[in-house]
Amino acid sequence: MDVFLTQILNGLDKGSAYALIALGLTLIFGTLGVVNFAHGALFMIGAFCSVFLQRLLNMSYETIDPTKTDFLGNPAVVKTPYVESWFGPETGAAIIDWSVPLAVLFAIPVMIAIGFIMERGLIKHFYKREHADQILVTFGLAIVLQEVIKALYGANPIQTPAPDSLSGVAVLAEGIVYPVWRIVYFFFSVVVIGAVFAFLQFTTFGMVVRAGMADRETVGLLGIDIDKRFTLMFGIAAGVAGLAGVMYGPINAPNYHMGMDFLVLSFVVVVVGGMGSLPGAVAAGFLLGILESFASMTVVTEIIPGINQIIIYLVAIIILLVRPRGLMGRKGVME
Amino acid sequence: MSKTNLTRRGVLKSGAVAGAGVALPTIFTASSAAAYTNEPTGASVTLGFNVPQTGAYADEGADELRAYELAVEHLNGGGDGGMLNTFSSKELKGDGILGKKVEFVTGDTQTKSDAARASAKSMIEKDGAVMITGGSSSGVAIAVQGLCQEAGVIFMAGLTHSNDTTGKDKKANGFRHFFNGYMSAAALAPVLKGLYGDDRKAYHLTADYTWGWTQQESIAAATEAMGWETVNNVLTPLASTDFSSYIAPVLNSGADVLVLNHYGGNMVNSLTNAVQFGLREAQANGKNFEIVVPLFSRLMARGAGENIKGIVGSTNWHWSLQDEGSKAFVKSFGTKYGFPPSQAAHTTYCQTLLYADACQRAGTFNPCGVGEALEGFEFDGLGNGKTLYRADDHQCFKDVLVVKGKENPTSEFDLLEVVEVTPAAQVTYDPEHPMFAGGQLGSCNAG
Repeated sequence: MDVFLTQILNGLDKGSAYALIALGLTLIFGTLGVVNFAHGALFMIGAFCSVFLQRLLNMSYETIDPTKTDFLGNPAVVKTPYVESWFGPETGAAIIDWSVPLAVLFAIPVMIAIGFIMERGLIKHFYKREHADQILVTFGLAIVLQEVIKALYGANPIQTPAPDSLSGVAVLAEGIVYPVWRIVYFFFSVVVIGAVFAFLQFTTFGMVVRAGMADRETVGLLGIDIDKRFTLMFGIAAGVAGLAGVMYGPINAPNYHMGMDFLVLSFVVVVVGGMGSLPGAVAAGFLLGILESFASMTVVTEIIPGINQIIIYLVAIIILLVRPRGLMGRKGVME
Repeated sequence: MSKTNLTRRGVLKSGAVAGAGVALPTIFTASSAAAYTNEPTGASVTLGFNVPQTGAYADEGADELRAYELAVEHLNGGGDGGMLNTFSSKELKGDGILGKKVEFVTGDTQTKSDAARASAKSMIEKDGAVMITGGSSSGVAIAVQGLCQEAGVIFMAGLTHSNDTTGKDKKANGFRHFFNGYMSAAALAPVLKGLYGDDRKAYHLTADYTWGWTQQESIAAATEAMGWETVNNVLTPLASTDFSSYIAPVLNSGADVLVLNHYGGNMVNSLTNAVQFGLREAQANGKNFEIVVPLFSRLMARGAGENIKGIVGSTNWHWSLQDEGSKAFVKSFGTKYGFPPSQAAHTTYCQTLLYADACQRAGTFNPCGVGEALEGFEFDGLGNGKTLYRADDHQCFKDVLVVKGKENPTSEFDLLEVVEVTPAAQVTYDPEHPMFAGGQLGSCNAG
């Protein structure tokens, strides 16, 4: 029972990341009709926003400590972060400790700007092209972005730990412990998903966007510049992927390849949920996360070896066979 | 009027004999040029450094390349000479190899077997490399070793830890300086017994490929021999990034030790996940829960950050060693690049020197002569104490370091502390040991 509950929590946690990435993918597909293979790279860049801020906050001035030596036997160089000298050792250390939550604030404008530049600079030129062209150009862009990050930060993972007070485990019940940050991540994703839905549901801007998603031509005929709004939606989708990446850093250390690791799975999530369906993307994200967790259990892999590696694709095949439009897809959309 | 005695048949005969006579020296020269693949005929000799310059192990590859460049510099008489000054063999004089200036070409393995084979093939066929060295993965090393055997060049393996490299996949043209899974296990087991006792239940998470399998087999056998019980061994896909589903069941499995047979990004992520789930602070069977990582690397330790503290593992070499060879290497490398070398850099530097020295002693670049010079070669002064390049399987036998993640690091490089230097005798095994059985060295191929 304990293991069962823990795997549900694991599934919700994995599902949180899938849902956030798939939500952005669906937003872009639903508004602009673009299959964006660079979306995983946006998730990765979000995680590296946190690495960047951590490095920025750790920028230090150097002093020589003659009492210590470095690895070559020379007097050791002692580094003191500027924030510690400006705000005092305790406050400075606390700021550095909270670099990941602070990176959320930093990442929002950065990611929206990156999304905006991507859309205006490259992707808009491919709106009228075939999906194959869109996939090629966005996939190429993803490779370029990850190589840029690798050139800047190297190939090895870089730890971005959670604040001390949010590290460790929470005892949820007798025999059930779960990492605090993973619980934070789940609730964070729920808040972000809720915020996106509220924005689309309860604002005039959101209403126009939803109308545009349903019938772009008619909205255009009403004299509304829907393209401008869709561009902003691309920025918001990039922001959502970026936030998912920032907060994911303490779970798995960011590395340049992490976007690709999530990309294919997220596309499967979108297809299972239904192309263009936002609730479908979220529901499928959590569902597939939970299924993947259970499939990794030893009792399951002993019965069906290798099921943990194929479960998501197996579900996708079944869904596509029996319900081509996906769980919550609209009739006629990519069916 | 004189009568010439020329006949068609006579002209042809004479022509054939004369032609053969003229061609004879050329045949001998040609035969001598083709005595072995890529025999260097000019004033220089080309070595091929095949390292991951892209992909997940690009940082290791970059460090290997630095070490290779340093080795070439030292072989050609540049720099401070590094370990040439401490190497027990004094054949190398800083004038290249056999009087020829050492040059090099590089290839990108991308940590993919097919890409690694393609780049090695290109260096051999297009660039005339007489030796290939490098690699940061056992899959790659085994693939390239096979290629070098077919092509008739020596392969000096880089960072490869699978038993199979010098076990069932060993080749006459391949040589490994780096240690292997069996040696890690043999070195670790007594230390683990001393630290955690002989009544332990171990749960293994194992990367699902050649290195993971042989590492798990080795460490399970060594720990079971001292009384530990292996509760479970779960194979994890190499592409896994989130190990939470595999870690979560560990606490309720009855195990009190988690063995992570993972390397690289897998190790960083699985260890991070294990620490997140509170395994370091957990209690099981009335004991503190422990985590063991059989193969450590400093570059990976840096990736794992704080999570590495107190975790025990093994390593081939560490820059903090205080023997003369290690100190000389760290000084050369550190002065040139500004940070200490990794174990990947150390093993590749040593392999280049060992190859050059073997050529010098053999008096030839012929792979068969070089192989013969390496087989059974005993040396010292390269940072691991007295070392033997065993003739039976082309594996180096030397001391193995058992290390622990440092609790209070003094710098970003000071991440591991040496707990014990396990003597070579303790990690030496029979060439016919079952874990290494199933392959034959075969005979050397000179091309």
